[in-house]
Amino acid sequence: MNTPARRLWLVRVGGLACSLAVTPAGATRDGMLAQIARFTGGASPRSGKVEMTLPEIVENGNSVPVTVTVPSPMTEREHVRRIAVFTEKNPHPGVIEVFLGPTAGRAQVSFRMRMADSQQVSAVAELSDGSFWIATLDVVVALAACLE
Amino acid sequence: MTQALLNLPPRVRAGEVFEVRALIAHPMETGLRTGPDGGTVPRNIIAQFRCTYDGVDVFRATLHPAITANPYLAFFVRATRSGPLECIWTDERGEAQRARAMVTVE
Repeated sequence: MNTPARRLWLVRVGGLACSLAVTPAGATRDGMLAQIARFTGGASPRSGKVEMTLPEIVENGNSVPVTVTVPSPMTEREHVRRIAVFTEKNPHPGVIEVFLGPTAGRAQVSFRMRMADSQQVSAVAELSDGSFWIATLDVVVALAACLE
Repeated sequence: MTQALLNLPPRVRAGEVFEVRALIAHPMETGLRTGPDGGTVPRNIIAQFRCTYDGVDVFRATLHPAITANPYLAFFVRATRSGPLECIWTDERGEAQRARAMVTVE
């Protein structure tokens, strides 16, 4: 009985077990939006510019490779100042905050993250002109990082 | 006893943008995990990462518990002249680990 429905059920029950095992303090969409607002100083980021690469279906939530790229000439006049990544349902919405400058040459960062559940992941970038840009992806996690 | 790895190209041209890959051994305890004694394992993550090149800050990151154990970071730096590239990882107990590599500009 290895049907997709059964798999989905296993994923959901697994996710439920994880969410019971930990106390997801900031694990809400509002928590994530509040963190993004804190990062942008209240400004609402526009969609675009930010490119985020991560698997759409994650087998193991304990280690998810993520790459965030923002096309930019990275000059003194025009560069990316900060990049931050947020999650919707992890116990803490913040994942990473990166500080860049013209010396970086390319606004790109790669890292590995934990994911406690299937959820939305957002990457926000602040450019040197003070504008904020966002990219959001829906990610399905098969085996959640229970201990996150 | 170094538990950190730093990888960059052996030689770069002036003005070239090169990739730096940094990996360190660290449990990144979230403070949410139950230990063998049934109690909570106290939180201790690497919260700060800094990379300097020729004495100038080129990359800085604040990490949160969602970053995996043994954190891996890859980022880019524009080559100017030959000099040391140093990475410093600082955890929440204030312990700092360093790794150093030479950038050779042709």
